[in-house]
Amino acid sequence: MSGPSNYKPTTAFGKWMHERLPVMELVQGQALDFPTPKNLNYWWTFGGILAVMLVVQIVTGIVLAMHYTPHVDMAFASVEHIMRDVNSGWMIRYLHANGASMFFIAVYIHMFRGMYYGSYKAPREVLWMIGVLIYLLMMATAFMGYVLPWGQMSFWGAKVITNLFSAIPFVGDSITTLLWGGYSVDNPTLNRFFSLHYLLPFVLAGVVGLHIWALHVPGNNNPTGVSVKGAQDTLPFHPYYTMKDAFAIVVFLMFYAAWVFFSPNYLGHAINYEEANPLVTPAHIVPEWYYLPFYAILRAIPDKLGGVIAMFGSILILFVLPWLDTSKVRSGNYRPLFKGFFLIFAIVCVALGYLGSKPAEGAYVIWSRILTAYYFAHFLVILPLLGLLESPKPLPSSISDDVLAKKKPALAPAE
Amino acid sequence: MKLLKTLGIGAASLVLATGLAFAAEGQKPARDVSFSFEGPFGKFDRGQLQRGYKVYKEVCASCHSMHYVSFRNLSDPGGPEFTAEQVKAVAATYTVQDGPNGDGEMFERPGLPFDRFPSPFPNREAAQAANGGAYPPDLSLLTKSRPGWYGTFNQLVNGIGGPEYVYSVLTGYQEPPAELAAEAPEGKSYNPYFAAGHWIGMPQPLTDDQVTYDDGTPATLDQMAKDVSAFMAWTAEPKMEQRKRTGFMVLIYLGILSLLLYLVKKKIWADAH
Repeated sequence: MSGPSNYKPTTAFGKWMHERLPVMELVQGQALDFPTPKNLNYWWTFGGILAVMLVVQIVTGIVLAMHYTPHVDMAFASVEHIMRDVNSGWMIRYLHANGASMFFIAVYIHMFRGMYYGSYKAPREVLWMIGVLIYLLMMATAFMGYVLPWGQMSFWGAKVITNLFSAIPFVGDSITTLLWGGYSVDNPTLNRFFSLHYLLPFVLAGVVGLHIWALHVPGNNNPTGVSVKGAQDTLPFHPYYTMKDAFAIVVFLMFYAAWVFFSPNYLGHAINYEEANPLVTPAHIVPEWYYLPFYAILRAIPDKLGGVIAMFGSILILFVLPWLDTSKVRSGNYRPLFKGFFLIFAIVCVALGYLGSKPAEGAYVIWSRILTAYYFAHFLVILPLLGLLESPKPLPSSISDDVLAKKKPALAPAE
Repeated sequence: MKLLKTLGIGAASLVLATGLAFAAEGQKPARDVSFSFEGPFGKFDRGQLQRGYKVYKEVCASCHSMHYVSFRNLSDPGGPEFTAEQVKAVAATYTVQDGPNGDGEMFERPGLPFDRFPSPFPNREAAQAANGGAYPPDLSLLTKSRPGWYGTFNQLVNGIGGPEYVYSVLTGYQEPPAELAAEAPEGKSYNPYFAAGHWIGMPQPLTDDQVTYDDGTPATLDQMAKDVSAFMAWTAEPKMEQRKRTGFMVLIYLGILSLLLYLVKKKIWADAH
């Protein structure tokens, strides 16, 4: 990790420990003194928010697992038992269910921040790729978690999504059978989803550790995208960013609490309060809101295998984003053309989400196709060309110069 | 703050863009009823829940189960709040099968507060056989599983309209329009509010003065429909009052904490540049 640590143990115990396990050196070097660009804005607080959300999900999830029964005949009833009989069970379950949505809101903001400010560019490619891996793990975890209450949408969602794998040539059917643990979505499916839903968050936590490690080698990107040139550009992480992050985290928790306590079921599906029934298909099978853009891409392609490839491709393409963007300038603030295309791309993603919530018919399908094409064009055509065609605005010579330049006009009118 | 502005614009456009997330199945939007439990400070009306329980017990329960609710819940805080004695007395009017006893025999005993509401049919098949093939759904969670209206923004502001859905179905029986009357399915009634098509298997369950309220409230169809809808809102979300109360305290706590953190942050950052 970057920078030599100047940790000096002061107590006898500290000295004893330091010679055996220098954990305090790690804390001081990486969590307290860690040099952090002084110009990070509030978009940079979502990393900390995400870490908090992961902990909230793991803690509430462990408590839920103490009361939940992963069996097709009892799962739904055990969730109602949590809601009605377990002390504060309703709160723990609503925290967990809404926590998943909050997790995704935060991760989408975090990802779009990285895309706008070019945080994926050298030397942070590995950091970005680990982030994409985290996102994939989150999606798998959330999907399996939504199956556990064994409501109508749990069951039918599981059926639709697991069926996708059968489109893979030669091995597709075997994969689907393996996922199901049989020849239909049934008790073995619920059991393995429960097992994996408990496992993956800990894998996620481990990969988050790598993500932070990969962050602490090159250090943070910043809104100017200009690399840190020296000590005048940075502040120690503590207390400057610990306090800034803490404030942002608490504001985010207020947003989260508003959902949990005043509209706890809005982000789910009403039909999931009806127990799963393999004989009754719901009128619309729709995934959770955070999957909707990918669901639109899946259904935009008339061929099943093609749809599956496009859907997975739309996420996997993020892995090579650092090499698709040819511009040497990181921050979107200094790229006039990119700014506009970034905004269009964000709107396209939201619009795909809207189309994903609609039935696959008529104009919805046509628009899904156009926007799916645009989604891929953004990565494969627009980003590579922009870097070659665009003339970026002049960059500030350093972070501290930029900070000082922004301070001056604010002082001027006072004279 | 620029961040808040951008987030606000983003959220607003998301909500607008999503519009009607789900198309209603030709179901007429439920009639809006003003319930005491709406809004962040709304509470259940005890008298209304007690009346609603009576309607459920004397009318609905002859075909519908409600098996996630126990007699003891009737005296829980935030519910109809019958006294413990009343609950014991109500439970004792039922006969419940228990066992096996020491001899391996099943036996019958009077109901006790910890018993679930007894179901009218032993299983789903029996319920269907007795109701012309249509399964009378369990009512415990119905107001949470059946939206009365749709629209992403509409539901965000007004909720899903579950209790209103129940109210509208109960009061929505009417003569079918002339063009549909000819194709009326055998044994079904016309009800434009019903979620699964306009033809409902349940004959009109409530008519004026079907029950006699203990508190002297006139038992009009409208009154009974409102009361039982409110009762079903409670059975679906029995911890609603506790939830809103806790939420209010949580938000006050976090609000003060965020203010303090903001001031600390400001003070620390004052000498940063």
